[in-house]
Formats: sequence, C-alpha cells, structure tokens
Amino acid sequence: MTRPLLAADNITRLYDGRVACERVSFELWPGEVLAVVGESGSGKTTLLKCLSMQVAPTAGRVLYSLRDGRTVALADLSEAERRFLMRTDWGFVHQDPREGLRMGVSAGANVGERLMAVGERHYGRIRGTALDWLARVEIAEDRIDDSPRHYSGGMRQRLQIARNLVTAPRLVFMDEPTGGLDVSVQARLLDLLRGLVRTLGLSVIIVTHDLAVARLLSTRILVMQQGKVIETGLTDQVLEDPQAPYTQLLVSSVLQV
Amino acid sequence: MTTGYNFAYLNEQTKRMIRRALLKAVAIPGYQVPFASREMPMPYGWGTGGVQVTASILTPEDTLKVIDQGADDTTNAVSIRKFFKRTAEVATTEETAKASIIQTRHRIPEAPLREDQILVFQVPIPEPLRFLEPRETETRKMHALEEYGIMHVKLYEDIARHGHIATSYAYPAKVNGRYVFDPSPIPKFDNPKLDSCAALQLFGAGREKRIYAVPPYTQVKSLDFEDHPFTIQKWDEPCALCGARGTYLDEIILDDRGKRMFVCSDTDHCRKARSGEEAA
Amino acid sequence: MYVAVKGGEKAIDAAHRLLKEERRGDPAIPEITVEQIGGQLSLAVDRVMTEGSLYDRELAAIAIRQARGDLIEAIFLIRASRTTLPRFGYSTPIETSEMLVRRRISAAFKDMPGGQILGPTFDYTHRLLEFGAETQAAEAPVAMAPADIDRAMPRVLDLIGAEGLIEPASAQPSEPQDLTREPLSFPAGRDLRLQSLVRGDEGFLLALGYSTQRGYGRSHPFAGEIRYGEVSVSFVPEELGFEIEIGSIDITECEMINQFKGSAEVPPQFTRGYGLSFGQCERKAMSMALVDRALRAAELDEEQTAPAQDEEFVLSHADNVQATGFVEHLKLPHYVDFQAELELLRRLRREAQGLHQEAAE
Repeated sequence: MTRPLLAADNITRLYDGRVACERVSFELWPGEVLAVVGESGSGKTTLLKCLSMQVAPTAGRVLYSLRDGRTVALADLSEAERRFLMRTDWGFVHQDPREGLRMGVSAGANVGERLMAVGERHYGRIRGTALDWLARVEIAEDRIDDSPRHYSGGMRQRLQIARNLVTAPRLVFMDEPTGGLDVSVQARLLDLLRGLVRTLGLSVIIVTHDLAVARLLSTRILVMQQGKVIETGLTDQVLEDPQAPYTQLLVSSVLQV
Repeated sequence: MTTGYNFAYLNEQTKRMIRRALLKAVAIPGYQVPFASREMPMPYGWGTGGVQVTASILTPEDTLKVIDQGADDTTNAVSIRKFFKRTAEVATTEETAKASIIQTRHRIPEAPLREDQILVFQVPIPEPLRFLEPRETETRKMHALEEYGIMHVKLYEDIARHGHIATSYAYPAKVNGRYVFDPSPIPKFDNPKLDSCAALQLFGAGREKRIYAVPPYTQVKSLDFEDHPFTIQKWDEPCALCGARGTYLDEIILDDRGKRMFVCSDTDHCRKARSGEEAA
Repeated sequence: MYVAVKGGEKAIDAAHRLLKEERRGDPAIPEITVEQIGGQLSLAVDRVMTEGSLYDRELAAIAIRQARGDLIEAIFLIRASRTTLPRFGYSTPIETSEMLVRRRISAAFKDMPGGQILGPTFDYTHRLLEFGAETQAAEAPVAMAPADIDRAMPRVLDLIGAEGLIEPASAQPSEPQDLTREPLSFPAGRDLRLQSLVRGDEGFLLALGYSTQRGYGRSHPFAGEIRYGEVSVSFVPEELGFEIEIGSIDITECEMINQFKGSAEVPPQFTRGYGLSFGQCERKAMSMALVDRALRAAELDEEQTAPAQDEEFVLSHADNVQATGFVEHLKLPHYVDFQAELELLRRLRREAQGLHQEAAE
C-alpha cells in the first residue's frame, strides 16, 4: 500500500502576529517533485522551513512516513531522531551553497561527512564514494582535495547536491537552488538535477520563484500568494491553463520574456 | 596545621562538591561533568583543575608525585608539589612506584600503573570538539546525540592532505564505546596506556570547569580509520642516557650546528633504568 | 656527557627572592604604605575590588602593592584569597535609590528631582600633567553643599518608567543563580550574565561596549543615569530571622536607556542596559551596561550579528584571571607536545621529499 511520504496539515506560521503562511495542506507522494512557486514574501520559504523543521509551525502539523513504515508527526520526534532524519533520510539544498557546505574543509570531506556521520570508518571507501559522487555532479576528480572556497558558484552548488545525496536520502528540500547563478550555469545545473531526480527516484520539495525551474523539474505545483495556497495541480496543467488570476499573471509574465 | 589553611587548601564544602562531580564522572566514563571550579592560588591554565581534583582526593596517608612533561623537576611540577607539601604536609616522592596519587601534565608515566594508584591529569581544553565547533551549546548536544562524524572529517582531511592522521598529541579517543574525549595534551604515544589501565584516571579542567574520568580497566579507543589505524611515535635511536627503546624521548639541542640528543621524558623511569633497578 | 637540567626548585626560589627585591625597589626610599594606596590610588583599589569580587579596601591595597601595580595580578590575588573565605550567606538586595549620593548625572535630562551632582570626576578636567603637584601644600577642603545631602533622588529611569516609556526593570522570577557556586552554563540567564560582566575585565568590556557604538550591535544608548555613592548592606542571620544592617559599601550604578522598535504586541518602548561596580568604576559600569543591553538581543528578538551580542563569546572570554592564566600558560614547558609535532613534521617532510625524488627519477 502506498502512502504519502509527507503530508502537511494546515500549516500556519506567524511572525510577530503577522501571517507568513496560513493553513497550507498538501501531500507529497514517493518519487514526486513538488514545486512551491510565488513571489518573494509569498510565504514559500517559511513553508519550507516549517516542513523541514527549521522553524516550528504556529499551528498545524507535518506527518512523515519513516523508512520503517511508521508515520509520525515531525514535532513529536525527539531532537536525536530529528537530527538523525536530517543526516540520513533528508537533504537540504540551500540557495547559498556556503550555508550547506563546510567551507573550511575539502570537497571530498564535504561529501564524506555524512557517510562518517552514519558510521563509515574506511577511508578508502569514503574517498571512493566521494569520487563517484563528484563525477556524478560533473566535478573533476583532481578537485577532490580542494576547498570549496576555490570553486565557482555553479561548482559549489553541485558539490552541495552531492553532499546531500551521498546517503541516498528519500526526501530533498531545495530552496531556490539555481537562485544565485548565471543563466547558462543555471541551465546546466537544472539538467543535472533533473537527471539525478529521475535516476534516483527522489522525492523533492523545491521552492522557486522561477516558473521555468518548476516546469523543468516538478510534477506538481503549488502557487502561493500572501501566505496562502491559491492554486495547485499537475505542473503542465497549471502552466498551460492557470485558473487563479495571480497564476495567470505569473505565467504570462514568464512567457513574455 | 601551621599554614592557616584547611588540609590541602580547599575547604571541606568545596571538596565535597568536587567529589560529587568525580563520582558522577566515574559513573559516566568520558563524560565532562561541569563543576564549580574555584579560584586557586596558581593561574588558570597552570593546573588548577588537576590541583582541585588532587586536593579533593588527597588524604594524609597519601604519597604524592607531581610531573610535568614526564619530569619531577620541571618548574610547574616543583611548584605544585610544594603547594601540597605546604598545605597538606603529605609525603611526596619522585618514584612512580611509590606514589599513591600522581598529578601529571602532558605525560603518562612509562611504568604501568597499579590499582592502588590514581593518576590526575591537568587539562587545558576538555572539549575534543572545541576546535571544530566553538559553541558549548552545540558541542554538548553533539555529545548527547553521539554525533561524532565531524571528528572523522578532521582525520579524513589529515589523510587527504598528508597521507597520515596529523594529530600528534591530545589525540581524541572514545571511552567505553560512548563518549569521545580529549585525553589532555599527552602525546599520542601515551594513548594506549589509557586503555584498560589498572589505575583510576581523573581529569580536571579548572578554567573550563569540567571534570571527567576513565575508571580502571575501561576501554579507551583512539579514533582512526579501518585502513589507517592509529599508530604511535617511534624513534630511530634509544635514549642517550639509559639506552631504553620504546620510551617517549625529549630532544635536546646541544649546539648551534644541529647536534642533538634524545633522552627519556620520564625522568624517574630513566634514572631507574640507569641505576640498574627494574623499571618495570 | 649531557646532564639533564636540574635544580628547578632552587631556581624558582631564587627567582622569587629576586621578585621580592624588585618589588621593594630602592631600599633608600620609604616603602609605599597600604594606607597610601587606599587613599591615593583609590580607583585602582576600586577596580581590584570589583573584578576581584571582594569588597575589602585594605586587602585590595595590599594586593596592588604585592602585585607591583599590575592590577590583573592584584585581582588574581584577591580572587584566590576569596576562595578560602567562609561563606555566611547572601545579603538582601541593596537599594540604590536610597544611596547616599556623591555623584549623580543624567545625560538624558537637563534637570530632574535631586538635580545633577558632578561629584569627584575627571570629566571636564584638562588632561595637563600637573608638574610639581607633589610639592604643593594641601589645599583647603572643598565645601559641601549641605542642602544636597538629604534631597530625595529617585532614579531617573523610574521617572520615565512611571509613564510606561521604558520597560520595567526585570523582576527576577526565582532566586538568582550564583556564578561563584555553579559553573556557567549556556544559554545563561541575565542574572548570570550580569554577575559575569561585573567580574569581567574592564578593558574587554570597554572594547565591546565601544564596538556596539560603532555599529557592531548598535543599540542607540543614552546614559539615563550614573550614580556613585554609599549604600547600606543588610543581612538576615538565620538565627535572628530579621534583617540587620552590617555595613555600607561604595558603588557605581549605570542605567542606560536604549532604543526598541516595538512589535505587534508591545508598543514601542525604551529598553534598559545595566551596569554596576564597587567603588567608582564609571567606565566599567557604563561599558557593562552597553554590553548587558547588547546581550539581550535574543530576548528582544533582534538580529544577532555582532561579537557583543554573542553570549558564549562574551561570557567565556570576559574574565581576565582566566584569560591571563591561559595566555600566560604558554610559558610553561610544552616540550613533549612540541617533540610530537617535530617528529610528525620531520616524517611528513621526509615523505614529501621521497615523493619528489620518485617523481624526478
């Protein structure tokens, strides 16, 4: 029996009494890529933070289906369980790779860290896996001992992705993963992401203001405005035939470009 | 008492507080127990933690040995030994075998210790994760959740860069399969002596206000990789004074043309070996 | 044949005798008395008492003389001696609004009940060396304005507090913790923070306070009130069960008024930063008030970006006895660890050279 991997149930988050996101509900199924789109201030990043437990929702809950088949409310997990989930079952790709990488250590160590965190104690194997992952994100083998400080923005982002995927997480959160990059670099990264998501069968929740990113990566889309979900559906459907006036505006503004 | 101070300087209330911390430390091997460290008449960083631990466990019947860098006659060892001579009037010795309590900075004696001995370490920075994560709130959480992956990140980096683990002293180890701890800045040469040691080993960090312990016969495993196992320092030559091999050697520079010699850092051990006694 | 260096004990004794001699200086010149230090270097005494956490003018003066004027060393002596003192209990809180005021100024109001009282201050002096001051005859004592003494002097912040313009002084919900009895743990409450700041190094707090003024954790401070004078100290002995006055101490108190943006629930309101010291340590009390306010960033939901707002950073490094001990411990022998590093470095270099040779062959 298939069950949703993650279910958001009436997530509301207030800051200083001001609504950041309000009564958001949806289900994410295994292998699904959900794009949350909207302009800045629409509440999409707050929603992502609530879902990934970086901030506690003011109301509502997030249900998650663990590897052992249990479904739990994330807020009920102990800190230890939560941290374990974060370094094994989940990935989080930040817009700014510096937030997701350990800038002081080499690329190899960045990729290897999660393996060591779950108990891998064989240097050769760690290094082998790191090399393999660097190749998969198109980083040359001889850059493995370099610090990400000496990487370009695009390389850093690819390294961050490798660091997240090395423990084969089931769910990856992405916050504007192509945000800070040049257009040509963006295209290459999107291509890479699409390939990885497909071959690994990842479930992804991706936050973006860029409909092109949503179109290329996602299967389903959730449009947010002023903290509320105003439209949701299959990506192709929503983009071909937007119902809400705001979505229509978003779609048309992209098409004009 | 002629000094006007309580036996071993600290008042009995303070000693009880420290003994409670020590008991907790023994009960949870390797766990850093916070304690209300007092201001001592020697500076922080000069052994105040060790001195408070020693003062709390010392009895009038004890025989105390104090070493620094393995030697009894280094300035700080002399100063601490004098302090206890004056405030506790206990017997002191330079012979490892005759001591019931040994306070040390940076070394473990070469001769194996016995069940009726206690080794007290002076600790500058008790937190093995400190230089990877400066925040106490975060490191305590990492210990609580046994999140030690980052320690291996450091070792990984060493091997990637140098082909070796490049930590040569204060080498982190896991105690009793649970807590990663800092054995104080002893050379890694001494790490194997921590493991399953017959003596009780107590660690005091005065400035950082932490006490921890390795109870007798407790497993202490130095961190490493399966394919890059932990190793200790070796010297090509024996001690120039006693001829011993397999002891930790100090390097003495003899002139300005690079002439040098190597001698045992454990002065008692070296003296015994030279006088032909069985140094064990 | 090499003989290991011996005689550490003798060398130490000799060094300490030499120190004693140096401390005394030229024996032809009379020794400085403890009374002279207490009377003429009184601000040094105040600092040593404040950071030494012990109110005893005479001991502080002895410490300063013994330390050859090195105040951190004197503070250290006081702290170590403090360890050996028996502890009877805690005094009741001192009441600074009932202070016998010698100096009281506000930079926020031109005048207020009780008025501005300059008292003994370096402020407005021209910093010109007074050559020959030592030979000057004693000047006539300064006349006191008797009317000033019993004028009521409510605290300035209480005056604006009545209007609700400033947050109330936080009432401690429970018994304050005691930094000298419990190890500091993080996150620390404001009680522990203030205790730690009072003992903290004046120079360190001065630099941190200054940094907040220059934009690293800006809090728009006004010196609401600085007062210096004498307050009485009371104690409730267990066997009596009622309060008795056991003496009085000189203290300096600084209350800063700082900006606050307000939030949806709370209308905009000034916030407080608090500083206190034994004796007349005005610079210290002001710096402390700035840092206290900066450390409240989390509580007031402000962005935490500056060093002065970082509780672990500030509290872990404010104590000069701890700091000087650890910095100076680098003088202790480290041969064993250094040897370990030498051995490793030689090995790594040997291996690296081996690799180069291989590559060249």
